[in-house]
Amino acid sequence: MSSFRVIPVLLYKRSGLYKSVKFKDNIYIGDPINAVKIFNDKEVDELIFLDIDAYNNPAGPDLDIIKEIASECFMPVCYGGGISSMDQIRTILQLGIEKVSLNRAAVLQPSLVAEASREFGASTIVISMDVKKSFWGKYEVYIENGKKNSKLEAIEFAKKMEDLGAGELLVNSIEKDGTMTGYDLDIISKLASQITIPVVACGGAGNLTDLREAVKTAGASAVAAGSMFVFHGKHKAVLINYPTSADLKKLFL
Amino acid sequence: MIVIINYGLGNLGSIQNMLKKIGVRSVITSDIATIKEASKLILPGVGSFDAGMKNLKELNLINTLRIKILEEKTPVLGICLGMQLMCQKSDEGTEPGLGWFNAELVRFNQAEGLKVPHMNWADTRSLPSSKIFNNMFEDPRFYYVHSYHIKDTPADSTLYGKYNGFEFVSGLERDNMAGVQFHPEKSHRYGMKLLQNFIENF
Repeated sequence: MSSFRVIPVLLYKRSGLYKSVKFKDNIYIGDPINAVKIFNDKEVDELIFLDIDAYNNPAGPDLDIIKEIASECFMPVCYGGGISSMDQIRTILQLGIEKVSLNRAAVLQPSLVAEASREFGASTIVISMDVKKSFWGKYEVYIENGKKNSKLEAIEFAKKMEDLGAGELLVNSIEKDGTMTGYDLDIISKLASQITIPVVACGGAGNLTDLREAVKTAGASAVAAGSMFVFHGKHKAVLINYPTSADLKKLFL
Repeated sequence: MIVIINYGLGNLGSIQNMLKKIGVRSVITSDIATIKEASKLILPGVGSFDAGMKNLKELNLINTLRIKILEEKTPVLGICLGMQLMCQKSDEGTEPGLGWFNAELVRFNQAEGLKVPHMNWADTRSLPSSKIFNNMFEDPRFYYVHSYHIKDTPADSTLYGKYNGFEFVSGLERDNMAGVQFHPEKSHRYGMKLLQNFIENF
């Protein structure tokens, strides 16, 4: 096994899977359960499943799809999207999901982070930070699938989340998303050096070397990627893929 | 019937999901009558040591479990906190454990560069005497999430996990009892094999 987790990220919206570029231009990838089953068969370290439209739904997270995913996954799964209450978290965990990711709620109702961490354990609570560099070079945290700038500075926000009891930070670079040109190593290394909880790099991975750099150069504890694990070749044909355990072991030596 | 004991802590659905995948029916309950009838018990759990013991006490399960496991010799598999509770005590809390294994828990030493919690897959090796690892796949790896681990090498140690070069006991087995620190229900075919061994060999 490799000592760093390598995590496919799936983006879900109204019963389909999509992959974005810079949080826009969603390309349809396919059926979520089918993709999840393939990743399970490939024995991925972990899976992140984000419902990018759930915040718009007054009914909250789509429990039916979450239940189906949980029953197909024999590895840890993190679900994010539309979570705003303790009851929702409790229900999602009972379905067989290990971790929940908070994005909008972490900004708008930070007390939920503290309460959830106390009740369900820090390792269950992931903060998904979508970040973008401002004109002035400051990294700011965005919510609502990158549409809304919270104006909160990324490192300060991360420190606050750590203090509140978050167990892990999923740091997604909006500008790098879907570009497959490598992670934003700048913000990853700034966060990894100033935060003690694990930082999971996301946004921009195009090949194995990118994964290695996020870990070895920027100090990420784990790496996540979307495009790299759902596309194949320069024409971006949809093909679910994942490195073998032997390849990953070599990669992080 | 296989009974997954629900004492208010942990992700029980995923254990039931994996049992279902290998064709085994199970119930999740805290009902004493159902637990008394169980052919096999699974004691899962995620959370703190004292919260675990207090919940077992409040549900009046401690004596029922003692009779079931130690006198009637019903097979039991402890997972994560469940395994820890089967030990004598933990540095994490002040409550005594169930004490079925003569072992105790200590925190990972951060001074040795080990980030806490240990939350990752880890290579896991076994002694030949292990029944729970019978015919295990090559290069077994399991998913771990924990801040405390078994101290030293107590009697009944059968499995060993590795965290950044630091090896610790991650499984105990004696007669009808097995306890594992990792999460078989989240460890792909390795975990499935382990659960199957528990069903077939215990």
